[in-house]
Amino acid sequence: MSDISTTPRYVVTTHTTASRIAATGAVILFLVLVMVPFFAGRGLIQDLFFILTMLVLAQFWNLLAGYGGLVSIGQQAFVGMGAYAMFGGVILAGMDPIPAILLGGVAAFLVAIPTAFFAFRLQGPYFAIGTWVIAEVMRLIMAQVKALGGGTGTSLPRSATREMWATEWIAGMLDVRNSAARDILTYWLALLLAAATIAGIYWLLRSKRGLALSAVRDNPEAAKSVGVDAGRMKWLVFLTSAFGTGLAGALIYVQKARISPDAAFSVTDWTAYVLFIVIIGGIGTIEGPIIGVIIFFLLQALLADYGTWYLFTLGIIGIVVMLFAPRGVWGLISDKTGIQLFPVRRRLSGGTLGEE
Amino acid sequence: MSILSLKTVSKSFGSLKVTDDVSFEVPEGQALGIIGPNGAGKSTLFNLITGNLTADAGTIRFQDQDVTRVPAMQRCFAGVGRSFQIPQPFDHLTVFENLLVAASHGRALDEHEVEADCARILEQTELLPVANKPAGGLSLLQRKRLEMARALATDPKLLLLDEIAGGLTDAECVALIDTIRSVHARGVTIIWIEHVLHALTSVVERLLVLDFGKIIGIGDPEDIMSRPEVKEIYLGIEV
Ligand SMILES: Nc1ncnc2c1ncn2[C@@H]1O[C@H](COP(=O)(O)OP(=O)(O)O)[C@@H](O)[C@H]1O
Ligand SMILES: [Mg+2]
Repeated sequence: MSDISTTPRYVVTTHTTASRIAATGAVILFLVLVMVPFFAGRGLIQDLFFILTMLVLAQFWNLLAGYGGLVSIGQQAFVGMGAYAMFGGVILAGMDPIPAILLGGVAAFLVAIPTAFFAFRLQGPYFAIGTWVIAEVMRLIMAQVKALGGGTGTSLPRSATREMWATEWIAGMLDVRNSAARDILTYWLALLLAAATIAGIYWLLRSKRGLALSAVRDNPEAAKSVGVDAGRMKWLVFLTSAFGTGLAGALIYVQKARISPDAAFSVTDWTAYVLFIVIIGGIGTIEGPIIGVIIFFLLQALLADYGTWYLFTLGIIGIVVMLFAPRGVWGLISDKTGIQLFPVRRRLSGGTLGEE
Repeated sequence: MSILSLKTVSKSFGSLKVTDDVSFEVPEGQALGIIGPNGAGKSTLFNLITGNLTADAGTIRFQDQDVTRVPAMQRCFAGVGRSFQIPQPFDHLTVFENLLVAASHGRALDEHEVEADCARILEQTELLPVANKPAGGLSLLQRKRLEMARALATDPKLLLLDEIAGGLTDAECVALIDTIRSVHARGVTIIWIEHVLHALTSVVERLLVLDFGKIIGIGDPEDIMSRPEVKEIYLGIEV
């Protein structure tokens, strides 16, 4: 073929023009969101906190189901364990709630290990149901822990929330009351967690492990034959997602400051809504959950007064999307426009392929 | 020294014995051809060597390691590369990414360390024009090429090729033979299952005939093909 010395080098690129613009946009959006407490009221901060924490849960469920093929309906196990571990750190060990959030992530990670041992023996629908059963068992166990309020639950001690890290400083800087400062602090942490989650998952997908995830999803037998450790990928995805979900759970309950087993292990709040967000937005993409959480928030604001009709409508919308747009709203958008904000494709150019 | 040795290896599916007391050795650097009628157990033999299936009995040694119960992934690390008779591409990855995942995981290297080599293999297997296409959209010929390219990407010491020449035009067949020869010339041991006998015999130094899971002959290709029992089986098989 062509002489090596005259052949231009091959180049591998992942970025596109759209992704460069998106990256700049994301940085600007992040900075704007950081500034929000300086000009917005408490209502908006709480709404944004809700959106951001649901987004984190959705990104981790998407990592699990959309990229790892592990369709769990038991993520409430890790929200609940994360939240309870944080409460335990505060009430039993006298920790400040903010560092206790990390304890929530670690606890979720630790309970995920035996959970995985059990659930990985199950396939498809049995895996899904298995994860749900495990979450129910954890709810029942936590309801027995009297020191953390048993079945009726408990609240964070006033002293702990009042003297929480940085709240006094925020209250002084923004001239707000202590309770508003707490909302601002948890909002900032949620923003940080959401940004880190998206950046982390994007980094994972662009690493060679991201390729391995795709390979295992497409053809597990062939993946093994080219040296992909399918089992390790499953563990990696499951434990990472448990850790992140645990952090989010702990953070959500620092803001709520009150916990009960039924709420913290709620399959509706922490898995059904999250599934809805990912499916509506587009499973198997980072963009999907972002769009999905916005749609979910708007629907909730629109329909919240209708009680059970609200859930019913969500269900119908979810089913319609699954039937007619299985790749969600983002799937429709990217099919039409070809835009990818978080591209992972490795494009080969240069060499005898020529410049593109 | 032999790179691969099978001793009294057997495998059954239910009551059907598909690999029946098979023993043979492959010296390092040799190209061995395997022929036999459809259903003789050729692909099953590959699956046993690669670890996609586990033998019921017997021992498989690769580079003096007993690999009989070693998983497929570890055999890939050890240097066993394979193509699948029915192509098994990673549909949602591009052709280039199919090679990248094989090269980076199979050799335990970073992506950037194997990019250039993947591009070179694409050149060699004439897949460069479709490098950035999702593998799910390839033609059968391109899928077969991808099978070999992806196996090469893992940098195997032993390369197993399962019926990759069927349906090729003469020119394509010549190109394929060239590619396999150049891989062989680098010292890679090759085992090649093929119905296209003229292609096979123009590359391999030794021929193994399988029928009903049993080896009915192994040795010099010309000698093997002239045996009456082989002729009998092979009458009408050559495409
Ligand atoms: N996974 C399997 N389960 C049951 N039977 C199988 C399986 N794989 C192959 N067979 C059977 O084993 C026999 C040998 O198959 P195979 O090894 O593919 O033959 P060849 O590659 O020589 O055509 C065939 O009868 C086939 O139907
Ligand atoms: Mg076969």
